[in-house]
Amino acid sequence: MKLLQQLIKLITDNEIWRSVFRHGYSDTPRNRVLQIISNIWLHLHPAKVREHGTKIRFTWCMGGITFFIFLFETITGILLMFYYVPDVNRAYADIVDLMYVVPFGRFLRNSHRWGAHAMVITVSIHMLRVFLTGSYKPPRQFNWVVGVVLLVLTFLLSFTGYLLPWDQLGYWAITVGTNMARATPLLGHEGPFSYILGMKANNDVRFALLGGTMIDAPALLRAYVWHCVGIPVIAAALMMVHFWRVRKDGGISGPL
Amino acid sequence: MEVRQEKRGVVEVKDDKVFTWPTLVAKEFLAAIFVTVGLLVYSYFTDAPLRELSNPGQAENPAKAPWYFLGLQEALVYFDPWFAGVVLPSIIVVGLIMIPYLDNNPKGNGYYCYKERKFSITVFMAGYVLWYILIYIGTALRGPFWAFFWPWEKWTHDFPTPPPLHSLPLPLGVILVCGFYFLGMTIPALVKKDFFQKLGVIRYALTMGLLLTMIATVIKMVFRLAFNVKYIIATPWINI
Repeated sequence: MKLLQQLIKLITDNEIWRSVFRHGYSDTPRNRVLQIISNIWLHLHPAKVREHGTKIRFTWCMGGITFFIFLFETITGILLMFYYVPDVNRAYADIVDLMYVVPFGRFLRNSHRWGAHAMVITVSIHMLRVFLTGSYKPPRQFNWVVGVVLLVLTFLLSFTGYLLPWDQLGYWAITVGTNMARATPLLGHEGPFSYILGMKANNDVRFALLGGTMIDAPALLRAYVWHCVGIPVIAAALMMVHFWRVRKDGGISGPL
Repeated sequence: MEVRQEKRGVVEVKDDKVFTWPTLVAKEFLAAIFVTVGLLVYSYFTDAPLRELSNPGQAENPAKAPWYFLGLQEALVYFDPWFAGVVLPSIIVVGLIMIPYLDNNPKGNGYYCYKERKFSITVFMAGYVLWYILIYIGTALRGPFWAFFWPWEKWTHDFPTPPPLHSLPLPLGVILVCGFYFLGMTIPALVKKDFFQKLGVIRYALTMGLLLTMIATVIKMVFRLAFNVKYIIATPWINI
């Protein structure tokens, strides 16, 4: 025991250790506060929170889990990017390789896919919780707005990923989805009143989404770039706003 | 110089705060672990779907959007694409965004309570449940050619031809729609005067407009299912 203490002292009582860890770990109120506020990741939290806000039965933990799944998807997504090329001649074969050749590739792809579905579910349950607790009420109105935009972005993240395997499932799902765009009033060539703006199959809003009149190489590349870069960056920026506003609007909602 | 000081009641500061570390952080870490383990175990046993190579010449039948959009795809049965695929989702998103500005009931802020917010909770839950019912129908009960099959029925291409659809005459349709929105706007305002007054004209009009549109969407579905009505309002330019 004494040896252990000496060993701990040897490791922690020096300049290198102290340059990384600024406080001790003995259980004092001061250390509990420092643990949060001197840690870049944990200082998203306040040092102290209202007790009801720590209860699972109040928050259902759904916002936090949604954020966690976003991180999970980012990590598995980056790993998938090593094995996948968004080229119509390769994409499907790359996915088949992931399923049958790449070590743990099947496991990787499965967890990315199921994580995406889980995130859509958790974000919608999070919205339900926020509604049922009336947490969108003043002063948190604007954060609800940010949340709705994040909900839509979650749908779009999942939707753009759907095309990437370049199989029949994704191809026809995206066909059904983007066919809606050509029915957009004014902006889609089959939509009401689109003749006013002179919309045709090769200049309407669907054409802009797909980069063509049908789903082909440009559409796959667009889906890929939006899925891996565009939407995650926008969503991350809005998440910063979302979390920051939770703090600025008075922390976790609760009875006044 | 006289210093005036009003007598103040003792303010009791209710300090119900606890340390974030470890009370909250521990739960978050546990949740993260459970979610990770759950996802990994599920992924170990269940493969993500992968069909054959995409073929633009051979359409899937049924061709379905991702499940979370199947409520909207199901709405395509009852409405033209410009409404089911574009306008309806836009109304839903804008309506969701407007909720905090329409609901000016100060009660029920930060805790679960149905009694103090009967109207808002009822309407929101109705919409939420409707969204998932349509998703369920679109996912589980729609087979080839988007034909309807009960869960115990086998999907087949051999189903009876659906009965022919007809549209309502234009004057009747216009009267029905205008009458619905007119009565829907005025009757609650007259019957529930305090509800109207608390909201004010603008909030009331927007709230009821959104609610009536949600109800009208369901009514149109019933019209279609029960009376084979294709369009309530049919014009050369736009059909609803």
